[in-house]
Amino acid sequence: MHELSIAASLIEIAEDAAREAGAGRVRALRVRVGALSGVVIEALEFVYAAAAEGTLCEGARLEIEAVPARVRCRVCTYEAVMEGVGPFICESCGAPGPEVVGGRDLELVTMEVDEHEAANS
Amino acid sequence: MKPRILEVRTKILKKNDEIARAMRARFGVSGVYVVNVVSSPGAGKTGLLTRVMTELSRDMTVVAVVGDLATEHDAARLAESGCEARQISTGTLCHLEADMVEKAIEGWSLDGIDVLFIENVGNLVCPQGFDLGEDLRLLLFPVTEGEDKPLKYPTLINTCDAVAISKMDLAVAVGFDLETAKANTEKARPGVAVFETSARTGAGVDELAAFLRERVAAKRAEPVDAVAP
Repeated sequence: MHELSIAASLIEIAEDAAREAGAGRVRALRVRVGALSGVVIEALEFVYAAAAEGTLCEGARLEIEAVPARVRCRVCTYEAVMEGVGPFICESCGAPGPEVVGGRDLELVTMEVDEHEAANS
Repeated sequence: MKPRILEVRTKILKKNDEIARAMRARFGVSGVYVVNVVSSPGAGKTGLLTRVMTELSRDMTVVAVVGDLATEHDAARLAESGCEARQISTGTLCHLEADMVEKAIEGWSLDGIDVLFIENVGNLVCPQGFDLGEDLRLLLFPVTEGEDKPLKYPTLINTCDAVAISKMDLAVAVGFDLETAKANTEKARPGVAVFETSARTGAGVDELAAFLRERVAAKRAEPVDAVAP
């Protein structure tokens, strides 16, 4: 259950970005989570709300984009989006163990924030 | 108050990655070879490491840090190799993070160290995404857990550089099929080096130690990337 560490890092990055931008409350976080990132989306959603309490992200929506694993065959260079997390066998030539070219993503992409109240006065 | 969209595009593990990168640079400058050892709980990491450390420390300075939720038992066992070992207590955390290792190695003069083993918390899922500045990630699969472990945990094995099948002395007793296990490992991570080991009998310890010696020598032969982190 390392998703709590992930949630804590996510919130820290979001708070830093919000402060740097002079923003107030955070309304939403848009996050990419790859199938091979080792993060279980449901677990992240489960711990996020609790981790956000008392931070600028308290009450902010967590919008997660699940990114599938993308692999390229080392033998025939065929590229495919894979179901699940492997092990991978090339659909085209049958070779095992293609190169992983996508799906390790774990990234805060954008966030929606309120302008700081002080900035509006 | 109108909402506004901020572009962030930041990796969530950025902080861990940055600390790991800084440590890797320090290890590079000081010529320390670093091995991150991962497995499920009870796979025999400590037992095998103690043997390997005993062997390597005949002509090298070897140290270890070991992560567990509680107790200092494993550091004490690793120290039986004659090498210095420090415990990292993770509390409830299921994996080691770079800053914990950074803290644990404080005070050690890296210039005098040849090999640092980082024994991770027993877990086949969570340690995967946490870079600890290592040169090599060694995965242990004990014979007692069956031949299909490599297929069941593809995400972790996909980040590993070497596999040690452990507790080989129990293979017959538990009906372990070595060839199937090796085929499954090859399927999950083609080309990965596989060692058949037993901490009890010492089988495979010399082979694993020789493999690590080669890696240590290869790292020393590389030009040092002395760029400040």
